Amino acid sequence: MTPVESMFQLTGASFSHDNEPVLHDITLAIGEGEKVALVGPSGAGKSTLLSLLWRQHPDAIALCPQDSGLVDLLSTYQNIYMGGLSRFSTFYNLINLIRPWAARREEVADLARTLGIEDKLQNSPDQLSGGQRQRVALGRALYRQQSVFMGDEPVSSLDPEQGEQLLKHVLDQHMTAVVAIHSPELALRYFDRIIALKNGRVYGDWQATEVDLSVLETVYQDA
Amino acid sequence: MGIKIHAVSTGARYRNLSLWFALVAFLSLFFADIFLYQPDPWEEFGRIGWGMITPFWPDADELLMSALHTVSFALLGVAVSAALGVLLAIWFHWRIVRVFSAVIRSVHEIFWGLLFMQVFGLSALTGLLAITIPFAGIFAKVFSDIFHQQSSATVDTLSGSSRLSRFFYAWIPQAWPAMRSYIRYRFECALRSSAILGFIGLPTLGFHLETAFRQGDYSEAAAVFWVFLILIGTVRFWFYKKLLLAYLLGALFLLPEMPPVNASFVWQFFTQDLWPGSLLNGDIAGALRWYGNVLADEVGPALIQTIAITQAALVLSGVLALAWYPFASRWLVGRYYWLGRFKLLVLRSVPELMLAYLFMLLFGPSALPAIFALALHNGGLIAFLLANHSQDSCAQQRQDSPVGLARYFYQDLPQRYPAFLALLFYRWEVIMRESAMMGVLGIATLGFYVDSAFEEIRFDKAFFLILVAAALNVIVDSLSRRLRKAAGLKTPRM
Repeated sequence: MTPVESMFQLTGASFSHDNEPVLHDITLAIGEGEKVALVGPSGAGKSTLLSLLWRQHPDAIALCPQDSGLVDLLSTYQNIYMGGLSRFSTFYNLINLIRPWAARREEVADLARTLGIEDKLQNSPDQLSGGQRQRVALGRALYRQQSVFMGDEPVSSLDPEQGEQLLKHVLDQHMTAVVAIHSPELALRYFDRIIALKNGRVYGDWQATEVDLSVLETVYQDA
Repeated sequence: MGIKIHAVSTGARYRNLSLWFALVAFLSLFFADIFLYQPDPWEEFGRIGWGMITPFWPDADELLMSALHTVSFALLGVAVSAALGVLLAIWFHWRIVRVFSAVIRSVHEIFWGLLFMQVFGLSALTGLLAITIPFAGIFAKVFSDIFHQQSSATVDTLSGSSRLSRFFYAWIPQAWPAMRSYIRYRFECALRSSAILGFIGLPTLGFHLETAFRQGDYSEAAAVFWVFLILIGTVRFWFYKKLLLAYLLGALFLLPEMPPVNASFVWQFFTQDLWPGSLLNGDIAGALRWYGNVLADEVGPALIQTIAITQAALVLSGVLALAWYPFASRWLVGRYYWLGRFKLLVLRSVPELMLAYLFMLLFGPSALPAIFALALHNGGLIAFLLANHSQDSCAQQRQDSPVGLARYFYQDLPQRYPAFLALLFYRWEVIMRESAMMGVLGIATLGFYVDSAFEEIRFDKAFFLILVAAALNVIVDSLSRRLRKAAGLKTPRM
């Protein structure tokens, strides 16, 4: 049941980092509207795969990378606003840096309320906890207002309950999503499709309805 | 006493700190003498510009010889001061050594030169001492910092051995790569110092530059200027480490002649001439009156000018650095970054004093030439380092980083800002030293009064003014260190 027109398409893709092979012979297609979880042990190549996929539609994707890339000298408000930079003119953006626009401040404040960091908008990220920083990074991705979300362990630093709640929210806000995620339970519960990576190769590619936890756990076992 | 800076976010704290400095700089402009004494700078500017593209020097041997003198002073000065610096750094845990190093490096090369010129004349010894003494103080501090950054594991295995053997067996070999690269950088600084010592008469490139400028012969001045730039820009092509010993011997051989030194005269100079007569005679009231007069007539006005110029130049350096560095970073401007890089390399290679002399021809002897020269040189130097940081960070930046101006203002500038502030505060002391020294050109900072006192053969007054300049530097150095600590800024990566 491959979609007629795939949004993301890799055919026999390999990738090396500093002469160290990371991905071997990856073939996959992801269609519009699919919610895909990437699972696999650390070092399996999930981040690299995400970055290859990102390059196919950089302008249509809300990205939330593992290294959140928060700018410590700017306020939380500005860090979230950065997601919207491409929607506004340069002039508008520069004015915003000096004096935030009221309308934008309201939008970002609304977003921050959903994320539970509305009281931190004036602070800089270096004053926040790991979990709060991750929420700021998610805020930036959400403020991109794109239809595709791409995240690399986007809720790993949050406590399980909040993490689950936010993951659900993010998935609801985007039509298509590709998310590297550590927990097989979350992958099964919230995604349509699960791609497992192991040692830089596709180990399995299932519809969420056709696998269970015991199968997914084999991904993490040593071959 | 600590300094506290309050604000909600880190960014706001740095912004407030920067705004305070900007405000002080703005107020300084009311105290600094910033008038344009030259009614029509453009005509002169045209003549200088034409000179720059038509360099000419009638006697190649003469120019070559002064270039060789410049290199000789720098080479020997760095060799001796690095060795002394190592010795001082070994005992840097003694307060007396730290204070001694701070004092000798707080007096500018030009002031040391003026001082020794009175006893040793325009001789090789004057030039060598003028470079060696302050450089030894700088080396001591930097080497000690480098030693502290090394892991102590090797040293711990040698416990029980003497301090000296521990240093020569563990600390120095471990720290050698860092020390070597710093010595190389200092050699470049020494070339600049050596060249500008020509402004007070030593036979280096600065001497010919000053003469040509003074006679309005801009083509000749340009010839010297280009020779200097080429010399400093090509160090790595003509300096072979393996031949160091041969170079040093050659430098020794090339030094100008050394007239005989009259020991009793030197003794008298340092024990009698440098101190006010009333103090030597035990007339305390008279000495106080003397100091009071110098403080009111010379030190007061000179301090106001020196501090005002320093603060204005500091902030202008910062503004220029932030405006220039993106053009030299490949991550920010793409493939034409080398153009910006080349400009910064030229700016940081030209000594402030040369730039100031050039601007003085345009604007007259006000504070403007000093401010512009200091800002151009230091702005260029800081921008160069920031551009390197910016390029190095490229690999760690997000794939979806913003583009264009937003990349600079939202991402790179905020990321570079802590390093920028640290570098700027680090240069504060240097800018202060240089602005005091620039008085020798006729700008009314401390150096002007030092120079005049020497001309009037009032050594006691000149020496006291030099001490004031030194004290000012020690104060700024400690203030800068406290501010950096309060703002949570790390020691900058040079």
